[in-house]
Parts: sequence; structure tokens; C-alpha cells
Amino acid sequence: MTDPITAAARATPAPVARRIRGLSDRAIAWLFVAPTIFLLLAINIFPLIWTIRLSFTNYAANRPNREVEWVGLRNYERILTDDGIWANMQTTAHFLLWTLFFQVVIGFTLAWLINRKFKGNDLLTTLIVLPMMLSPAVVGNFWTFLYQPQIGLVNYVVELVSGIPASSFSMLGPGGYAPWSIIIVDTWMWTPFVMLICLAGLRSIPDYIYEAAEIDRASKWRQFWTITVPMVLPFLMLAVLFRGIENFKMFDMVVLLTGGGPGNETLLASIDLKREAFEKWRTGYSSAYAIILFVTVFGLASIYVKALNKVKER
Amino acid sequence: MSAYSVTEPTGRSKLVAGLLVTLYAVITLMPLLWIISTGFKSGPDSISYPPKIVFEPSLEGYVNLFTTRTRVAAEEFQNLPPPDTWYDEIVRDQGMVIAGPSRFGERFLNSVIIGFGSTFLSIFLGTLAAYAFSRFKVPLKDDLLFFILSTRMMPPIAVAIPIFLMYRELGLSDTHLGMILLYTAVNISLAVWLLKGFIDEIPREYEEAALIDGYTRFQAFRKVVLPQAATGIASTAIFCLIFAWNEYAFAVLLTSGTAQTAPPFIPTIIGVGGQDWPAVAAGATIFLLPVMIFTILLRKHLLRGITFGAVRK
Repeated sequence: MTDPITAAARATPAPVARRIRGLSDRAIAWLFVAPTIFLLLAINIFPLIWTIRLSFTNYAANRPNREVEWVGLRNYERILTDDGIWANMQTTAHFLLWTLFFQVVIGFTLAWLINRKFKGNDLLTTLIVLPMMLSPAVVGNFWTFLYQPQIGLVNYVVELVSGIPASSFSMLGPGGYAPWSIIIVDTWMWTPFVMLICLAGLRSIPDYIYEAAEIDRASKWRQFWTITVPMVLPFLMLAVLFRGIENFKMFDMVVLLTGGGPGNETLLASIDLKREAFEKWRTGYSSAYAIILFVTVFGLASIYVKALNKVKER
Repeated sequence: MSAYSVTEPTGRSKLVAGLLVTLYAVITLMPLLWIISTGFKSGPDSISYPPKIVFEPSLEGYVNLFTTRTRVAAEEFQNLPPPDTWYDEIVRDQGMVIAGPSRFGERFLNSVIIGFGSTFLSIFLGTLAAYAFSRFKVPLKDDLLFFILSTRMMPPIAVAIPIFLMYRELGLSDTHLGMILLYTAVNISLAVWLLKGFIDEIPREYEEAALIDGYTRFQAFRKVVLPQAATGIASTAIFCLIFAWNEYAFAVLLTSGTAQTAPPFIPTIIGVGGQDWPAVAAGATIFLLPVMIFTILLRKHLLRGITFGAVRK
């Protein structure tokens, strides 16, 4: 049954419907879109242009009265030739690649298991998803407690399972575990994200494809590699895109967990940028740094989206 | 349904899958349960080794979260009148007296004001823009939509530098209004993309029928489209609220006192010799619980929200 409104609407030719009183559609469209565009121009684009401008100067925000000099491309030159910054980029890349790797492997496996549609899978999915919705700062801070060498839960569990004494190693201290500690927390938080997207991908595969494969006597193994994986791939790639952009920008969780330390072991680009901009107050220099990061993420994302579209077209 | 389907997993594979996923869920929920339980531990219990799984519950963490305490000289402590209230007693048991309320209440209230303020504004502006993008021929529509999305790619610290300077000039630093506007600007991309998806799903015929009945376009929007989009608007609002609620980078860089929200505050809760973990856990519990509840309410729209509407299920 259709309700009267729909019935009336269907019976009415479209041109009549468009002839209306009051403001023209065009005027309404502009009226509705303008505030959003204005806000984004004021709080996103204008600051971005300002950052570009500052990146060519030696401005320091804590010394507003000092005369500002134009330094041309010197800030960019210094950043691109600075070994410390290349080291941070490598730290960021290490964090990015390993978190993506673990999240894809665990996330896909979980989705694949949940797709068996066992009893209670909805409830478990909802519970598993919880960590990713929580404040990364508050959670990151609490993980420093879980990682305490003497009293922390993580070291205790490691001792229970492997017999390595809990106080003999420190997840956040010296010893080289810190870069892995931040990867563990990020994986804990964000695996559910990849899982949810993979699950949507798995559920989008129609049953008849598997039925046809079964008739052709394709083995389960072969079905997995020729049907499941290729059909989930676009979804998985989308998840990687989102996580990649987010983790390139990663700041809050890691800054509270390690603050970049010990030494510079977990000094991600964003954390370094914050130090340059808001602790050393080298505003001009850090503006150039920010632009370089933005261009990098934008460039990588654009290349990636092209690849994603190719996979989708297949 | 046929009695036998080749795509239906066997009973045993379901069982194995169920067990493995349950195992993962137990492991992944441990840190959250640890936060909640630490909030109810006494100071010594929270840092005992081995970590205590069974312990005598205590409200010390919650009392410490909401109060500031001082030590007094031993003889003065002896001569104090007996504690009036249960929370006085808990503080006395730690050998201290209450000096006054802590700032947690204020910080939490700031989170509420800024969270709801920016959510309201994002939804208000976002619904209008989404409706226009969904229903009208807006020139350069795809470019504008992409532009709106690309604003999400900037590292927050990169935008924070000029916003810090701009807010300093305009007197918006450390104000509720400044933070509301900022979070609205960040959230509006999500709001427009999600809401456009929801509005696209409402048949145009509904409004066109209303237009024939003599409604103006604006009335049709208000009386036909808005009620139809209510669920979508509500779930978009929750996503915006969760973002503003959880945000840390801008909050720590742009606020210090008046408008500081809870995320920069909770990690600064310290007691004797380091962080007061029961109090931190109590604060975290109070702060995280609303989001957990929202997540459970949102579960049907979760996927859509986290992918900017790219995956709709």
C-alpha cells in the first residue's frame, strides 16, 4: 500500500511540482550552503593560507613585537635537509606501516570470523567496537598505567604467560619497546574500525557467487582467494586510507603515552611539529613543517585514491 | 530457505569462530574493565603487585577526583573534630583533610557546553547545506563537497598555529565560543557528508507533493524533510558530539583555564608521588561512559558515521 502523499506525488508531473512560490530554489540553495562555506573559509582555508604565508618568514608567536623578516624558502630548505626530521618521518612511517599491517590482518580475520554468523555475533561486535569510540587522550594516559613495569597489568600478564619477570622490562622506557607499545595501543583502539568495514565488504558478497563456485567444484581455499579477497579488497583499501590519514596525523594518544620518548624513539612528526610550534615557538619554521606534512598526506592520499578507483573498476 | 545451503557455515565452524571472537573481545575489553575497576580501588590497592583483581571496593578515587586535599600537622590532625560526612571520612583515612572542590566539575561542564554547542551548530548548518547539496543544482557541487572533505586531512597542529594567532587577535583564545566555532568547523565536513546521504534517501516526491499542496520550499523542508531525516540527524549529532567530546589537540593548545575541557585535564590529576590512578580512572570512567552508551545506541549507523557515509551497509 502507498500512502496518499506518495500517491499524489507520483500522479503529479514534475514540472508542475517545481513551480513554487516564495524564494527561488537557487536563492535557497545559496542561503543554505553559504554559512557552511563561510565557516570553513574562516576557520580552515584562511588559516591554511596564513600558514603558507608564515612559512616564508621567521615569525615567532611568543615575540610578536620582533620585526618579521621574509626568509624565502630557507625554512623549507632547512627542514628537508634536517636529519632529525627525516628520523621523525621514519618513526612515523614505522608506526604507520605496522599499525596498518596489524589492523588489516586482525581486523579482516575478525570480520571473517564474525561473518560465520554464530549466535551472539551482534553483541560481540558492539563490545569489540567500544575502544575506537573513546577519547584517545584519556585512554592513552591510562595505558601508561597498564604499561608500568612494577605494577602494570601488561607486564603482569606477560610474566604469567611467558615467565619473564615483570620488573625486568619496561614497555615505555629504554630498551626499544616503546615504538611497539604505541603500535599495540593503536592496534587495540582501531582494529575494530577495519573490522567493521571488512564486515560490510563480506556482507556485500551475494551468496549466489559462492553457490556457483560450489557447483564448479572450486575448493574453499580457492573460493577464498578468488571471491572473498577480491570482493573485500575495495573495502579494505578504504579502511587503510582512513587509518593511514588518521595515523599520519597521530598526536593525542601517543603524546600522552610516551610524549615522544624515551629519547626520540616515538617522536612522530605531529609531536615534533607541536614542540617546534608551541614549545620552541619557531612559528615560521613550524609553519613550513606543517605545509610539508599536509602536502605529503594530501599527495599520498591522492595517489592512493587513484589506485583504489582502479580496484573498484575491475 | 533451503534445508541445505552451501554458503551457510557448518555448526563446528560457527562454534570455533564464536570462541575466537569471544576470546578477542575478552582481551580487548580488559583495559576498559581495568579502568572501571581501578576507579573503585583504594590508593594502595591500585598499585599493589601482583595487580589485584579481587579487592575491597572504595570510593576514594571518586572522592579524590572531586576534591583537593591537604596534609595537616600531626597534632592538629589529632585535634580535628570527627568527620561530618562519608567523603570527609574517606579523605581522613588517607591522613588528609579536604581543602576544597577540584576543577573536574568545571572541566566536565566545559566538555558538555562545548560538545553540545558545537554539535548543535554543526547539525544546524550541516542540515541546511546537506539539503541544498542533495536537492538543488549547486554550481561546482562536487568540488565544494570534496573541498569540505579535504579540510579533514590537515593535521590539527598545522591548523592550530594560525588559529592560535587568529584567536589571540580576536580575543577568542580560551573561550567557549572559540572552541565551539572551531569544533563546528571540524565537524561540519562529517555532518554535511553524512546528512547528505540520509537526505538523499528520502524520496523527492514527498516534498513535491507538499509543494503542490501550497507549501513553500522552506515549509516543505521544515515540515516534510526534517521529520523524515530525524533518525539520520540524531545519529549524525551523536558522531559530532563524540568527536568534540574526545578532542584533545586543539583543547590542549588553545585553552588553558576558562574553557578547558576534560581530556587535557584528566591526565593532570596527580596525587602523592605521581598520578593518582584511582582518581584518574574515576574521571576516565565518568568521561568515557556516556560515549560507550552512545556507541551501543548508534550501532546500526556506526559504519556510516566512521566512513563519512562511504560505506552504508
